[in-house]
Amino acid sequence: MSAVTLTKDATTMVGRSLRLITRDVDSMITAVVLPVMILVLFTYVFGGAMSVGTAYITYVTPGVILLCAGFGAGNTALSVEHDMSSGMVERFRSMPVAAWTVLTGHVVASLAKTLVTTAIVFGLALLMGFRPTASLLDWLAAVGVILLFVHWVTWLATLVGVLVRSPDAAGGFSFFVMFLPYVSSAFVPVETMPSWMRGFAEHQPVTPVIETVRGLLVGGTPGAPTGDALADAALAAVVWCVALSVVFATAAGLAFRVRR
Amino acid sequence: MSAIVTAEGLRKSFGRRARSVPVLDGLDLTLDEGQVLALLGPNGAGKTTAVRILTTLLTPDAGRATVAGFDVAREPRRVREVISLTGQQAAVDDRLTGAENLAMMGALAHLPRRMVRARVAELLTAFELEEAAGRQAGTYSGGMRRRLDLAAGLLVRPRVMFLDEPTTGLDPRSRLALWEVIRGVVADGTSLFLTTQYLEEADRLADRVALVDGGRVVADGTPAALKARIGEAGIELTLATVPDAGLVATALGVAPDGTHLRVPTDGSVAHVSAVLRAVEGTGVTVESWVVRAPTLDDVFLTLTGHAAARPTRPEEVAA
Ligand SMILES: Nc1ncnc2c1ncn2[C@@H]1O[C@H](COP(=O)(O)OP(=O)(O)OP(=O)(O)O)[C@@H](O)[C@H]1O
Ligand SMILES: [Mg+2]
Repeated sequence: MSAVTLTKDATTMVGRSLRLITRDVDSMITAVVLPVMILVLFTYVFGGAMSVGTAYITYVTPGVILLCAGFGAGNTALSVEHDMSSGMVERFRSMPVAAWTVLTGHVVASLAKTLVTTAIVFGLALLMGFRPTASLLDWLAAVGVILLFVHWVTWLATLVGVLVRSPDAAGGFSFFVMFLPYVSSAFVPVETMPSWMRGFAEHQPVTPVIETVRGLLVGGTPGAPTGDALADAALAAVVWCVALSVVFATAAGLAFRVRR
Repeated sequence: MSAIVTAEGLRKSFGRRARSVPVLDGLDLTLDEGQVLALLGPNGAGKTTAVRILTTLLTPDAGRATVAGFDVAREPRRVREVISLTGQQAAVDDRLTGAENLAMMGALAHLPRRMVRARVAELLTAFELEEAAGRQAGTYSGGMRRRLDLAAGLLVRPRVMFLDEPTTGLDPRSRLALWEVIRGVVADGTSLFLTTQYLEEADRLADRVALVDGGRVVADGTPAALKARIGEAGIELTLATVPDAGLVATALGVAPDGTHLRVPTDGSVAHVSAVLRAVEGTGVTVESWVVRAPTLDDVFLTLTGHAAARPTRPEEVAA
């Protein structure tokens, strides 16, 4: 298969997934309402009781962004499962096209959706008192790290979507992804957790991502790394995200080939 | 006439070795270019499995199959270039409009954009979907979805079209309409490989019918030849007792099935009344009788001497 037709097929599939995702009214409402609810909940309900050394909104915004991005990415499992079981993939496979590009389509659409969700959370957070100290470059870097994070979560969701045999199982996965940020520095500093959990929280892939985004956006505030600490977190975040992306994309591709 | 689809000794089992069940058990068939072959069989006969092997979605455990001269296992890409598959489930995107669904298939067929637009318009007209073209496919009726599904396989005219139970679940009117559409595609020169559970559908569309049961072809021939062997319709009689049934069966020269009997008939008044007079002549009490078109079960019973291996859905009574 030539690179030209491959690109063509991938472009068609991306167009398809973007259309499907924007017309999925339920999931679009969730994508918009969820961030709003979570942000309001954490800031006004839990926020008063949290002492993190700064306004809680400043501390929690990066975490809420990852939570919502992760949730949106988790939904990819549902789209992929649907394609696998509805006969769509069978049809693509019976045509002279690179059928696996259907997965690429979903991943790209998920990244696009993340940008929208992220913009909503940022906008709302600014209204609620989030005061970033970031330069334009910091902003771009932060969005880049968020996309990298969403990239691996989406490939994992894709893998799950290829493997599971029911929409319920696929739905369960997006729930699981939503919980990952809770056991990280997203909502409370890891120092406040019991030591066994802290070990996990410090070394799970979400934490360096959160730390990096926090350092880039509100560097210098309590709990946000700067200088070497930020550089370390950024390196860890990038390494984690790239490695997991490669692993899960490869696994998803292989599973797609084998799964009949 | 040259064969465009061939299958020889196809075998396929699913599941782990110890518990694996053969789904195809030495399936042989041939579809000649420009013709229509109907694979007729009950649920679980292996129809879909055969279609999936022929359309390169599944590799057989043993046996060989070719489409347009290409081996389906060794040259799947060449096969995919000349076929279209419309599977048992309608494969259309519910949240895309009819026109968008077709345009996507055109893009995937690597047609130039201008040609896609022209072809989509043509197909929408041919399949009577013009008015619904701008509506999301999720709002379509079953018949419209099926038509869209068929059209999606025809952006580039295939040499062989595979249709897996195209009219299952459609009402009689939509079924008739779909048959018309299918006939049109075949008239344009496409060969058709069809699977169905409906004897009538095979009769209306196919040049040849292959009866499958338990993963092998148990009878095949032209619809006329098969029908000649089973009769157009049957008079079904239910008697009060088994001995009564035996008595009537002997008088009519057919085999009884418990208290039931089936007598092939051409459905003419003369023949039906002759049969009923013969029954009357035996003097036994008839519980009930009805004239019915042959069902898939009758076909199996008559042609193979046993009922279909697995239960079939009750066939509707043809008017
Ligand atoms: N992937 C699979 N794994 C396990 N068993 C399978 C698989 N595909 C089919 N089977 C089994 O093979 C048998 C034949 O299935 P197939 O779908 O080919 O039948 P069919 O003739 O198309 O039936 P229907 O009229 O219901 O569509 C069934 O018993 C089915 O359970
Ligand atoms: Mg089937």
